Amino acid sequence: MKIAICISQVPDTTTKVKIGADGKSIDPAGVTYIINPYDEFAVEAALQLKEKQGGETIALIVGKEVSKEVMRKAYAMGIEKGILIKTDLELDSYAVARNLADVLNEINPDIIICGKQSIDYDDHQVGSLVAEMLGIPSISVVVGLTVEGGKVSAEREIEGGKEVVEAALPVVIATQRGLNNPRYPNLKGIMQAKSKPIEERQPTYTDNKTEILSMSLPKPKAKGKIVGTDVSAVPELVKMLREEAKVI
Amino acid sequence: MVKILVFVESRDNKIKNAGIEAASKAYSVSKELGAEAEALLIGSSVTSIANELGAYGISKAFVIEDSRLEKYSTTAYAKAIAEAVKARGADILFLSATAMGKDVAPRVAARLEAGLAVDCTNLKIENGEIIATRPVYAGKAYIDLKINSPVKIFSLRPNVFKPQKSEKSNVSVEKLDIAFDDKDFSSQVKEVVVSSEKLDVSEADIVVSGGRGLKGPEHFYLVEDLAKVLGGAAGASRAIVDAGWRPHGDQVGQTGKTVSPKLYIACGISGAIQHLAGMSSSKCIVAINKDKDAPIFQVADYGIVGDVFEILPALTEELKKVMAN
Repeated sequence: MKIAICISQVPDTTTKVKIGADGKSIDPAGVTYIINPYDEFAVEAALQLKEKQGGETIALIVGKEVSKEVMRKAYAMGIEKGILIKTDLELDSYAVARNLADVLNEINPDIIICGKQSIDYDDHQVGSLVAEMLGIPSISVVVGLTVEGGKVSAEREIEGGKEVVEAALPVVIATQRGLNNPRYPNLKGIMQAKSKPIEERQPTYTDNKTEILSMSLPKPKAKGKIVGTDVSAVPELVKMLREEAKVI
Repeated sequence: MVKILVFVESRDNKIKNAGIEAASKAYSVSKELGAEAEALLIGSSVTSIANELGAYGISKAFVIEDSRLEKYSTTAYAKAIAEAVKARGADILFLSATAMGKDVAPRVAARLEAGLAVDCTNLKIENGEIIATRPVYAGKAYIDLKINSPVKIFSLRPNVFKPQKSEKSNVSVEKLDIAFDDKDFSSQVKEVVVSSEKLDVSEADIVVSGGRGLKGPEHFYLVEDLAKVLGGAAGASRAIVDAGWRPHGDQVGQTGKTVSPKLYIACGISGAIQHLAGMSSSKCIVAINKDKDAPIFQVADYGIVGDVFEILPALTEELKKVMAN
């Protein structure tokens, strides 16, 4: 089975967002990049699938030089081959998906797995875009996955419950927290990842459909009130919630 | 004339709240743009429910009905919506950023080679163009963006755009004939599993969350009791989800759920930046924590610096008394 995984690089979740000089993106100074946390579930799902059914794993990333570090994390976990579609342009989800779809068309995988969204732009678009561009089904926000006899059955989260969705391969799966527990790379994996080559490609599509005009921070909140320091404050708190905030 | 088509989400042939919100917003934007707004409903039997939209300014609705559309199918719904946009010659498509909307919208965008702004929390008109505002980095920042493709798609975050009643109009309903073949149903929902009676943190008006300060999963009942009295949902910090005390679906934060209830009570949660990203847009925030320097107090409207083991039972009891009156 040929398994493709689409990953991306994002600022670490502990990053304090500061607006950059262009007023449209975050200030990159001091930001460390990590593999998108939702993509770790995708990598783990791919590795489990390979261990069970055999096959090969190929990871794709659209990004800059820094994306290589993220690819090495995927290598360290056990991914065998990686392709970086290298560009310094800021591509939107549509353009990223077109680049991925062009390469995936050539690789022709049986299953494509990606995180449900990246935690920077929270766009939750790329997996479904890629699937439509390739003309294959997609299942998003997946927390349960079975692949058998050329078919997948997946559980996806919806409001207040789950949907059980079936589709025939090839299919795109977008993973959600809860699907699995991503493994920690072992030392051998980390060492091997360092020297493993990453294939570089040129982007095939750079035409954004959307344009970011500005980025802003949420308005700072007015300083709250400390109602008290022990149980005696409880009646006062309840009174404030009823009469001042009017929320209960 | 510019035309807006709004996909009004329904499940089991009932219009969802988010669908009403999108229809109402489509109507108000159409007024501002001097455009026309038309609604689209998809299902096995949705003609009769289209009339409800008249109370929100919609006077024209199109329905795509097929017994196979009773249950949601990503691929078939994507085709239906994209074909409706083409058939009506719409320039702008609105839908809801719900589980269904988030799933189907990118596929519609790919079919129409259209730009998509997801999860919008504000729309404004500048020089006849829609400028969308949406949260990024789980709400740590916002971006304003516009779409440059001929067809423009916006998905609206639920619970943000309050529906505006307008003078009731009669809704003329027309069927759109779209031919489906089996390939269009290449993914199909086989079953919908409703998770117990539990209220989801992302849908609750009131959320009470617990963190490490509870010291162990055996004390989580303190949070659940308080949530129960308030008719709210119980949430959790990433730390205690990672520790296995609570299921991942309860996690509030950057890699969990983003919530904006009218009341959020954080109990024994220090307020790591990932957690704050997921809840700081709540309308009223209460923090209960032993550590007066905990970052959670920076975003709290009301705080008690104290021990959750003392405060929570007292607060639950006090609320029981007050709510009974």
